[in-house]
Amino acid sequence: MSAFVDPARMAGHSGMEKGEVLLRVDNVSLAFGGVKAITNISFDIVKGEVRAIIGPNGAGKTSMLNVINGFYHPQEGTITWRGKVRRKMKPYEAASNGIARTFQNVALFKGMTTLDNIMTGRGLKMKSNFIWQCLHWGPALKEEIEHRRKVEEIIDFLEIQAIRKTPVGRLPYGLQKRVELARALAMEPELLLLDEPMAGMNLEEKEDMSRFILDVNQQFGTTIALIEHDMGVVMDLSDRVVVLDYGRKIADGPPDEVQASQDVIDAYLGVPHEH
Amino acid sequence: MAGSPVVERLDEDTFPKILLRNAKVFADRPAMREKDLGIWQAWSWSEVLEEIRTFAIGLQDIGFTEGDRIAIVGTNRPRLYWTMVAAQSLGGVPVPLYSDSVAEEMAFVLEHAEVRFACVEDQEQVDKLLSMSEGLPRLEHVIYDDPRGLRDYDHTRLHSFEEMQAVGRKALDADPARERAWLERIAKGKGDDISVMLYTSGTTGRPKGVMLSFDNLVISGRNGNAFDKLDEHEETLAYLPMAWIGDHVFSLAQAYTAGYCVNCPESLETVLSDRREIAPTYFFAPPRVFEGLLTHIMVRMEDASKLKKKMFDVFMGVAKRVGERILNGEDVGLKDRLAYWLGEILVYGPLKNQMGFTRLKVGYTAGEAIGPEIFRFYRSLGLNLKQLYGQTEASVYITMQPDGEIFGDTVGKPATQVELRIAENGEVLYRSPGVFVGYYKNDEATKSTKTEDGWVLTGDAGFIADNGHLKIIDRAKDVGKLTSGALFAPKYIENKLKFFPDVKEVVAFGDGRDFCGVFVNIDLTAVGSWAERNNVNYASYQELAQHPLVYDMIERHVDQVNRDLAGEPMMAGAQIKRFLVLHKELDADDGELTRTQKVRRSFIAERYAPLIEALYDGSTEKHVKTEVTYEDGRKGALEATVEIRDMTLHPASGRNIQEAAE
Repeated sequence: MSAFVDPARMAGHSGMEKGEVLLRVDNVSLAFGGVKAITNISFDIVKGEVRAIIGPNGAGKTSMLNVINGFYHPQEGTITWRGKVRRKMKPYEAASNGIARTFQNVALFKGMTTLDNIMTGRGLKMKSNFIWQCLHWGPALKEEIEHRRKVEEIIDFLEIQAIRKTPVGRLPYGLQKRVELARALAMEPELLLLDEPMAGMNLEEKEDMSRFILDVNQQFGTTIALIEHDMGVVMDLSDRVVVLDYGRKIADGPPDEVQASQDVIDAYLGVPHEH
Repeated sequence: MAGSPVVERLDEDTFPKILLRNAKVFADRPAMREKDLGIWQAWSWSEVLEEIRTFAIGLQDIGFTEGDRIAIVGTNRPRLYWTMVAAQSLGGVPVPLYSDSVAEEMAFVLEHAEVRFACVEDQEQVDKLLSMSEGLPRLEHVIYDDPRGLRDYDHTRLHSFEEMQAVGRKALDADPARERAWLERIAKGKGDDISVMLYTSGTTGRPKGVMLSFDNLVISGRNGNAFDKLDEHEETLAYLPMAWIGDHVFSLAQAYTAGYCVNCPESLETVLSDRREIAPTYFFAPPRVFEGLLTHIMVRMEDASKLKKKMFDVFMGVAKRVGERILNGEDVGLKDRLAYWLGEILVYGPLKNQMGFTRLKVGYTAGEAIGPEIFRFYRSLGLNLKQLYGQTEASVYITMQPDGEIFGDTVGKPATQVELRIAENGEVLYRSPGVFVGYYKNDEATKSTKTEDGWVLTGDAGFIADNGHLKIIDRAKDVGKLTSGALFAPKYIENKLKFFPDVKEVVAFGDGRDFCGVFVNIDLTAVGSWAERNNVNYASYQELAQHPLVYDMIERHVDQVNRDLAGEPMMAGAQIKRFLVLHKELDADDGELTRTQKVRRSFIAERYAPLIEALYDGSTEKHVKTEVTYEDGRKGALEATVEIRDMTLHPASGRNIQEAAE
């Protein structure tokens, strides 16, 4: 509940104000051998916004996300995170730096319960050493109780109390996606990357997910970058949209503007969207 | 009931007074629990008093005063229950609303009840109220329980529950006179003051506000407690709508008068696991909950290992044979008792634990008829499941089944202090201390429901069987006659057929006609699994429904119903002569069912007029085309040739009961 709104830890851990540039991508190019996945792309993500990355299949959206969270390192260009140019790093370093993500295909531990899956999101925040954790006593136990509380708050927030003890593999797809979001939230990220959070969902599940994404954004001030194919969702949720096509940026701006852009219509939407 | 003592009117005749007493007598006993963040949080009676006192003072500070009404909207949350008593302590009246009702209906009630205040659960309800606030000039303040998402709202007329309590606490600390004044106001309350206003959903017309006095609820609560010997050691689960009289009596009136603990589940989806953790001793559920649980168990047993399945079958056989007799305290041989005892250890105990009924002292079901098989299943496990018949206007209790006198097809004997009478036309009338004061701002309706000398018309037709138990047949206005003059009670027939798991929905026709004919809707889950086991192939619901083997199966069920009906002199004349299986599932999206899954008879009669005609013109099949609405709003059409089958009727037999409904 209210204890969950912890601005000191959630939103402001870099001490950045809303509206400042949180992450900037400058002239980034990424190639796999001869295949150019991303060519000379620049854009920024501002603290507190919902930023959408869209584009047709193979446009380089997921590659872009992988670049942002440090899984791929671009051959050219720079990434500025919280005002500092970032060097090559490992994904877990990105994670401890305040970037969390969900995946296009659900990537959870199917045999583990919802609760345990979300607890894994707290792993990086565990401070007690290996021995204590093995004993599950003393400081490790105390720490675990604290983390459990945080996790319970997230469970409450995403309204998944009923599946707390259910193995994730037994859950319907829509709920698995929500558990994945919960795990990402458990890391209390500053920037949350969502790779097609609504893929394969029905209308009701999409509405629920949209509401949760907005709630996360408003309640915790978490900056969100999302890839999504459902245009209705993108237009409703996001503050700014960047459009990629064949690894190039073809538009960048507020949803209405992007929607009206002829390049985008030609490349992706085909026909003007009715609004 | 003769055996139980009639409870005298005590000094504490209002809930705030009872609260003060409970805080003294049961000070450290748990009064309320709520599962929050995965942990059960408990409040003792003295803590509840403190919560209510601080909130009441806070409420007073924003202008709540005598005669004010406060709307309560949300699922079962401790704070919403506390708000009711806090309002009562200031001489106000709580008006609980169904939280899932549509905005329009909610607006009507808020307007009709002239509420100035509302206490709601969360953002969803706040939004709902704010969206209609323009049409509600009287609504001044909205208080919410869960602050999530509400931080950025304009808080001039919006308050959090905690903030109200903080204000109250400060005021109490600053000025001891406030507390004295509060206690004085409570002492001023009388038993005949209005305690609560509950709006009945009403199948026809606008909802009506049933005004219940403290006397109504306190006396009914005490009688209910005495009837089942409930005391401060009970545990219940509050999970049914707060606007419903049942919850109001079980979770407030009886809880206060007995001093027992009410547990609020974490969310509506977690009720099952929360119940297992709490293991309530006193529990109420509509029949569908018990049906659902039984189906769940049976499905799980199908997947169990051979040994377990065998054990289950053997001991359920034992339970079926002697379980109910043991529960009723009848003579049972030593061998059977031993077998039952072993079964308790190996099967019944673990099963009850799974369902959360390990500590169950008494469970009730009401609202709809419960299938006799289902009812017997629970009773044979040693669970004291009983039926009752009640109404909002009666503060629930009209008839109840006393221990040891449980019959599946009757709803029991008149409850303590209740008088019962059957009118000329078969309608059931009652008079009791629980009888409501009147409908709010609707004297006309009050007069047509409640007679001068206090008898209330239930609107249900029924009769009193030989053993003194009341048997309800149908809604009085639905009961009709065949041209032969035989009584025709559609719901009675429909329910009999619906008790077969293969049958999902039934619509019976016959009023003013030569014989009774029915539409049957098969249950896709049950019939589908039957088809799987019997190698019946089908591609769609329609194909399965029209399958000759399915027809044969339904025919056997209809025949069984006819045989049952033949055994009941009053009903024997209305046996099912012809039936058909509908080619589409009745659906609320097509307007065939209400949102609460009740059949809309008149609508169906219109929509399927050609089929009804075919039922009565003797044809053996009929080609029909039906429009359907898909979930996304698009429309399509279904075409089918529906077969109609004739049944052979059984001669009437059985005892002669005086035809009360004639």
